[in-house]
Amino acid sequence: MARSTPVKKAWRSLTWLLVIVAALTAANAGGVLFSNGSWAPKLALDLQGGTQIVLEPQLGEEETVSNEQLSQAVGIIRQRIDASGVSEAEVSTQGDQNIVVAIPGTPDRDTLERIESSAKLEFRPVLFTDVAATAATEEQTPTPSDSAAPPLESTPSVSPSDPSDLNWITPALQDEFDNFDCANVDSLGLNVAPVDHPLITCDDTGQFKYILGPAEISGERIADASAGLTTNSQGASTNEWGVNLEFDGAGTEQFAEVTERLFSLEGARNQFAIVLDGRVITAPTTGGVFTDGNARITGSFTQESSKALADQLKFGALPVGFEVLSRDTISATLGTSQLNSGIIAGAIGLVLVVIYSLFQYRLLGMVTVASLIVAGVLTYLIIALMSWRQGFRLSLAGVAGLIVAIGFTADSFIVYFERIRDELRDGRSLTGAVEAGWKRALRTVFAAKGVTLLSAIVLFVLAIGNVRGFALTLGITVIIDVLVVVLFTHPMLQLLAETRFFSSGHRLSGLDPKALGAVYRGRAQFRAPTAGSLPKGSGSSREAARRQTIAERRAALADGEGTSARIDERPDARREDALTKGKDS
Amino acid sequence: MANLTQFGNDLYTGKRSVDFVGKRRIWYPIAIALMAISIAIPLVGGGFNFGIEFRGGSQFQITQVSDTDQTLAIDAVESVVAEDTARVTTVGGDGVRVQTDQLSDDETREVSAALAEAYGVPEENVTSSFIGPSWGADITEQALRGLVVFIVLAAIAMALYFRTWKMSVAAIASLLHDLVITAGVYAAAGFEITPAAVIGFLTILGFSLYDTVVVFDKIRENTAELGQESRSTFGEAVNLAVNQTLVRSINTGVVAALPVAAILFIGSFVLGADTLRDISLALLVGILVGTYSTIFIAAPLYAQLREGEKDIRTRDERTLAVRTAAAN
Repeated sequence: MARSTPVKKAWRSLTWLLVIVAALTAANAGGVLFSNGSWAPKLALDLQGGTQIVLEPQLGEEETVSNEQLSQAVGIIRQRIDASGVSEAEVSTQGDQNIVVAIPGTPDRDTLERIESSAKLEFRPVLFTDVAATAATEEQTPTPSDSAAPPLESTPSVSPSDPSDLNWITPALQDEFDNFDCANVDSLGLNVAPVDHPLITCDDTGQFKYILGPAEISGERIADASAGLTTNSQGASTNEWGVNLEFDGAGTEQFAEVTERLFSLEGARNQFAIVLDGRVITAPTTGGVFTDGNARITGSFTQESSKALADQLKFGALPVGFEVLSRDTISATLGTSQLNSGIIAGAIGLVLVVIYSLFQYRLLGMVTVASLIVAGVLTYLIIALMSWRQGFRLSLAGVAGLIVAIGFTADSFIVYFERIRDELRDGRSLTGAVEAGWKRALRTVFAAKGVTLLSAIVLFVLAIGNVRGFALTLGITVIIDVLVVVLFTHPMLQLLAETRFFSSGHRLSGLDPKALGAVYRGRAQFRAPTAGSLPKGSGSSREAARRQTIAERRAALADGEGTSARIDERPDARREDALTKGKDS
Repeated sequence: MANLTQFGNDLYTGKRSVDFVGKRRIWYPIAIALMAISIAIPLVGGGFNFGIEFRGGSQFQITQVSDTDQTLAIDAVESVVAEDTARVTTVGGDGVRVQTDQLSDDETREVSAALAEAYGVPEENVTSSFIGPSWGADITEQALRGLVVFIVLAAIAMALYFRTWKMSVAAIASLLHDLVITAGVYAAAGFEITPAAVIGFLTILGFSLYDTVVVFDKIRENTAELGQESRSTFGEAVNLAVNQTLVRSINTGVVAALPVAAILFIGSFVLGADTLRDISLALLVGILVGTYSTIFIAAPLYAQLREGEKDIRTRDERTLAVRTAAAN
């Protein structure tokens, strides 16, 4: 190893650091110039103000929601929001089943309702229908004596051949239908009703009640739905509004099969109910057999009502129903005030750390400050990049993570500085101490940061919501911390060790061997060994005595060789000494 | 602070030495007593004060009010939902927080409007949130799972790195001590347990072990140097390592605690920074206790675990015999 190696290495490390910073800056600049990147990291809703809605799937017993269903639902909700004209909304999954919708600003009521409507859409054949009002009178006598009567047959006597089969209507079902009150329809949880059983429900307005067969087509089979003026057989517009439906491949087959059956039936059983969240939104009669997957619903539609139905069909087709788990509206003023508090807290914390470092480590403290600044720049760039590429948003918890990181990052420097001081106390020259201390410090830093990184990763993988944002910032800062120690703090010390100010052990350098009680001090000057100052008895002081002797011995050795550089080449000299000694005795 | 440098010198050379390892009969009972108190506080005091995230309900926060009179809020809520009695707290100098039972969308809007009118602020200054009761439970469940997974992984990682599972055991024991005491302080302070507080607890995991690893690494270094002719026993070597890293422990503790204390201060006195306050209280306690427990619990416990080993015991006995002989 050539003697100039540490300096050369130092410059190489600093160059790498510069390259990394330049690359990050360039990438970010590219994002700003050519894409929608930004120099300022995007803020989460708690700092920016806005509304966050967490939706939870409504699942029956032992049901789970698949990833595919979840991402499908996310897509549909995103479409719904886009359709309402809100920009910059974010829809994402949280944990393994929740969906988070974040909307900047305060969305209007319609938008909220559109998003929150849990919307599970299915097509069921109508078996029987009646005017709802008749039930209301019967409902007034919910005869408790009924419970004493023998239970009505609730399983079909003849097993139904198809979903339109009237054998589905058992006496029990008929009785339930007769006593059904449309006012209760909301509380029955019909949107999680099993798809393979008949369903009793009402229409949107509560005017009619229906017995419906098992679901035949589920909502996600709808490829498209649009509102438009209908045309007559000549292709001329009829001035009548309708909804055009288009099914996907599987949906087309199912729809053809169903319409074929229904077209041949009479009365109510000719009707095909479109059920949204357990309520019939419309139950058109079947006017033909549709084999091409295109259908048109006509009736007494206005432009508005046809548009609304088309939207419901198109965007309402969530594979599972969702309900609101939490909704948070943060006003912009509160967001700003939280951000300011965070920044103020961070600034105060930083200043305190700087003051303490300078106090403790004198000018060496400046290296801490400079390192923290480098770490800060890197963190800022990476967060800005991530908010552009990954849609990362800085939340209040994330800000807390960053502030906490100041302390963790500074600790790497402290561990290193203390190691250097230890080596100085052992009598090494500053250059030697910087190298020897580094080897030991780096091991410690890697091990300790590894544990912190592990905690950040575990939290990130397992946790949800805010915890995740916090874990991410913590993880980023740990990696940056190690990077800065290796590529900045250590090279800086290597270079500073060459300067007269530090190598002469200036009182303010923070590395004054005299203050550190070193035996070896300056070039080839020695203080008399202080063996007399040792207290008697304690084992640790004997241990220290052993060390001191070795240190002195090595210092003498160095003197004998004439240069202190000799020591630099053998950073493990002490350990070898100990070993040799062990063998000798 | 030159004194601390001098102190560090003396600790390093062994001129001055605090007997952390030998006096474990003093430290252990203290630790056990503190933990017992920490467990007793929530039991006696009626449990933790769970935040709205765990109870479920609706919450409104009004900013920049000129008058923080709480009856205004109670009346405003009653004007919309007659049977609901709001829990009102003043936040910072010019903020009011109102918590109610779960309200419907329409009620939420009406209460927001009523509150804005009552306090004479524009409606933008009223923040509302609705939290389903399972929200906090979800986060906690995930957090607990994370805690267990992390402890297992960290124990394995440390055992591999230090080549002895005993360091893992000692480190995890002191980690649990830290968590229990932090939770106890949290209960004693009467702060609400919010998801932010849970985040704070989880960060303690990282910090507590981080601190322990730094000190253990020095212990590993020192004890690895013990030769057959060593003049110090295993416990003494461990103790010297703790003493030699004591200045680092103090400096790190202070540097890590300073920013957190700043957050706690800002979060407690400035409006709307509840998240900051909740995270920082847990963290501040965790950092202080974590630094303390490494020195007073993890290191002595490790020494105790290893001293029972046959090789180490014979060597220690020989060392002591040599020492007695030299003294005579």
